[in-house]
Amino acid sequence: MPSEKHSENLIPQISIRNLNFYYGRAIALKNINLDIYKGKVTAFIGPSGCGKSTLLRTINRMYDLYPGQRAEGELIVDGKNILDKDVDTIELRAKVGMVFQKPTPFPMSIYENIAFGVRMHEKLTRNQMDDRIEWALTKAALWGEVKDKLKQSGTGLSGGQQQRLCIARGVAVKPQVLLLDEPTSALDPISTMHIEQLIHELTKEFTIAIVTHNMQQAARVSDYTAYMYLGELVEFGKTDDVFVKPQDQRTEDYITGRMG
Amino acid sequence: MNIKLKRKIINSTALLLSMAAMAFGLFWLIWILWMVFEQGVSSLSLTLFTENTPPPGSAGGLKNAIAGSAIMVGLAMLMATPVAILAGIYLAEYGRNTWLGKITRFVNDILLSAPSIVIGLFVYAVLVAQVGKFSAFAGAIALALLVIPVVVRTTEDMLILVPNTLREAAFALGAPHWKVIMMVTLRSAKTGVVTGILLALARISGETAPLLFTALSNQFWSLDLSEPMANLPVTIFKFAMSPFADWQGLAWAGVFIITMAVLLLNIIARVVFRQSATQH
Repeated sequence: MPSEKHSENLIPQISIRNLNFYYGRAIALKNINLDIYKGKVTAFIGPSGCGKSTLLRTINRMYDLYPGQRAEGELIVDGKNILDKDVDTIELRAKVGMVFQKPTPFPMSIYENIAFGVRMHEKLTRNQMDDRIEWALTKAALWGEVKDKLKQSGTGLSGGQQQRLCIARGVAVKPQVLLLDEPTSALDPISTMHIEQLIHELTKEFTIAIVTHNMQQAARVSDYTAYMYLGELVEFGKTDDVFVKPQDQRTEDYITGRMG
Repeated sequence: MNIKLKRKIINSTALLLSMAAMAFGLFWLIWILWMVFEQGVSSLSLTLFTENTPPPGSAGGLKNAIAGSAIMVGLAMLMATPVAILAGIYLAEYGRNTWLGKITRFVNDILLSAPSIVIGLFVYAVLVAQVGKFSAFAGAIALALLVIPVVVRTTEDMLILVPNTLREAAFALGAPHWKVIMMVTLRSAKTGVVTGILLALARISGETAPLLFTALSNQFWSLDLSEPMANLPVTIFKFAMSPFADWQGLAWAGVFIITMAVLLLNIIARVVFRQSATQH
């Protein structure tokens, strides 16, 4: 199996080395080592509280917002350890976008929702911005539904549309990586299907890391799967291998439904 | 007893009690409003807005008092609102769990419950007594000091209600903190913040005590901020206590004008917000 891994030309987009994470004194991630490969979908699965969301929130330094949370170790993005104190989180978040569990449209028009993030990092003319917004909405498979109501508020869309708007918003900044934190857990099955198809499309241009509670979803959308348990990375490998012949007993118990 | 019947009885009793409480509250409110309306309307006339406060026994209006109130209340809001909103933003967005934030919040709560006469006396001591004369500017400052704690509190409360997920989403796009506040959190809390401002405006429109020690009053037309200025609350106080029937009538008219102005302001705010809510 390891030889199989090397036969593909895999470039690590994110390299995680000896990562520990703390909520105050409580340790939430224990010595994580992992590569997230460029242009692939990496799924993080595991029972609630296993640290998969924490890991995702470390990659874009979301934890910075909360005093008492800290990370140790190395998390290399674009050749730089982003856990260093001097890292510009604004620049980092332009490279690493994130979509959250609940759709979070801003209280402004659909157009402005997307332009908001782009304006943080680029100065575009009106025409360029129009093009960028069409591009992002097309990527998020939402253009057809909203192209005639870009001036209307983003909060007026349905839940599934709102989540695709959030994806468009993240995509519009043109990040290298998109972090999806249980992006479909608040959506109905049809919207979920839309978003899963979208994830597949997006891998042409972006590297994706997705946290999900839904194992079928992980199996459907991901190339690589990481199984986490109690803050440890138990198993990491190609999705097919992890689901078909897991190496660790704990992984097998989880995916066969004996635990979790 | 049949459990269903028991539940029905408990339900009806609770409903009855809460309706009674509501009726008790509404009774006084309606009585007050009715009295203001009855007495006020009979004293209403166009000269209220065209003539200044008269000496007893002659005809007149409330022009100088209305203008004075508008100027001082407006000036107070202009001074207090930016400070208070910024302080509210600090408490909710930056200093939520810091010691400075906790102290500020505590001090603000004390200010919030301070009797307005204390504020009036304070401005009298530090400004009026130092300068040596009553002035409209001192009045506006006293009113501003009453506005600040109200708006700080409502702004903070409204910003805290904005879910953290919305803040995180904005941060995740690489927005700096101040942009997250200006574009996302403050915008989401807009309705509540403006409601707080209106609440404060309504409160100071009728405040008498702080003006009694600061702006005092003026029988004549004056727009000079460094001089005593006429205003509705003190005029109402003075005229209502007087033995002259025409002054008492003007006092009722003043009460009616303040009440209607506050009511109108609230209605306008509601209509405006309903429109903006349907647009979104």
